[in-house]
This record gives sequence, C-alpha cells and structure tokens, in this order.
Amino acid sequence: MSSSPEGREGAPFQMVVERGKIREFARATKSANPDYLEGDHPLSPVTFLSVAGFWQDETNSPWGDEPRNYERILHGEQEFVFFGEPPRAGAILTGVSRIDRVYEKAGRRGGAMNFTETVTEFRDPTGKLVAESRTTVIETGQAPASGDAS
Amino acid sequence: MTAVRWDGLEVGTSHTPFIDQPLTITDFVRYQGASGDMNPIHHDSEFAKGAGFPSPFAVGMLQAGVLATYVTDWLGAASVRVFKVQFREQAWPGDVITYEGTVVAKREAEGERLVDLELSATRQTGGTHLKGWATVHLD
Repeated sequence: MSSSPEGREGAPFQMVVERGKIREFARATKSANPDYLEGDHPLSPVTFLSVAGFWQDETNSPWGDEPRNYERILHGEQEFVFFGEPPRAGAILTGVSRIDRVYEKAGRRGGAMNFTETVTEFRDPTGKLVAESRTTVIETGQAPASGDAS
Repeated sequence: MTAVRWDGLEVGTSHTPFIDQPLTITDFVRYQGASGDMNPIHHDSEFAKGAGFPSPFAVGMLQAGVLATYVTDWLGAASVRVFKVQFREQAWPGDVITYEGTVVAKREAEGERLVDLELSATRQTGGTHLKGWATVHLD
C-alpha cells in the first residue's frame, strides 16, 4: 500500500433508531429490561449501534470498494462510547466512519498481524456527538484460529 | 428493580454470575436477523466446513450483547457510558457461557459518579470467550 489509509472517511449515512428493531435486538441479546421494551421512546441497547450496517452501503465505508482478504480478517475488539444515555427510539442520527489507526504487531506464531481501528461517530440533528463505535479488525498471515471471524 | 447507587458499590464487588442456556444456532440466527450481520459462517454448516471449521460458530457480537444485558440488568439501561469487548476463543453451539462482572474502580469525572467494571464471558472449558470493560454512571 503506497499511502496510509489513516483518516480516510466514508460518506455520511443516516441511521434511524427504530423501536421495533430495538425490541428485536433486546430479545436476541436476552434482555427483558422494560427500558428497552416499553413506552414510545425506549432506550437502545448498549451494542445496538452494531445494526448501523443496515443503513450503509459501500460508499459509507472508508474502505470503499478496495478489495480486502476476508479469510484473513477477524474482529478483534469492539467498543461503544456514549456521551450521555444511549440513543432512544425515534432518534435520527448521522453516522460517519473513519479509519482511525493502522498498526502492526508481531503474531505469536511469527508473521505480522495488521490492526485497523475504524471509528463511527453518531451525531444528532444539532450536530452533537451522541455515540461512538470503534471496531478493531486484525488481518493475519494465516487463517484465524480465534477471535470472531465475522 | 431497585436502582443500584454509587454509594452502594464497593471496589472488588462482583455481581452474581449469569450462566446462560447452551448456545444454539437458533440463537445465532435470531441475533444475525436482529443485527443485519448475515455472515453464513454462523449458521450454514456446509459453508463453515468449506472454510475449514468443524461447524458454524457463535457470533461474537451476540455474546457481547448478552454481556451488555448482564451489565444493564445489574446497573440500569441508561447508565452505561463505555462498553468494550475483546474477542478471544471462539464459542460453539452447545457451549455454556458464564457472564461475570466486578467493580474495579469508583471515581468522579466532570460531576458524574462513575464505576469501572471488568467483565468476562467464559466457556464451560474455562477458556475465555470475551474479556470486557465498562464504565457506568450511577447516582
């Protein structure tokens, strides 16, 4: 790769926080918490922003259409940060994903492992940052034996 | 549900572990439908075997979500400010996962009372599936 992809951004996308989707997600993650299931504007679960993929296509990814070797990529870490309570149903957020950091570490069995941290910032219609989702993927020299290869 | 207060938690306090039912592919499918991640490696046996795995394996983000449920059932749905997981060993259908959390720090920042937690999701083999960390705001 000739230049570092750090700082590269995808096109902004809109994410509507939907009540039915919250209910489905809460049930799938084994929550019966009334804060997720009752009222017109329930809270969204902590890892709910993972569903942002529903509202995105290739242009929203900072990788664009650059080919990636998915057989060698695993999901290493996932972080969610909230600047207040998590978003509620009815919120209309704008998300922007950016490649934040790219670095290399030596693997345990030799060979380099490449780490990429991608951050998606979610803002409300006033531009206020309400949440951030940070995904670390690891690209290995050989097929992953651990981690979440999704 | 009585809200847990900041004054009521001490560093070193561990919450009652949650031992889930054995993981099923139906659990994975339900989560994949809810999240939109339709990677067939988590539900299609032929596909998983073709990729060199003995069977479909668990969606890490499902157990991450259950770990978050464990935290919000304990300390409330509005309270979480930071939640992070690191994916370690894969989990498989039939695995019995135990979710645990411990208070490792109490602090105040910008007028908010916070507790820091260390979390884990452990397989019945003793192997670590997830390591987790959370910061929670409490009154």
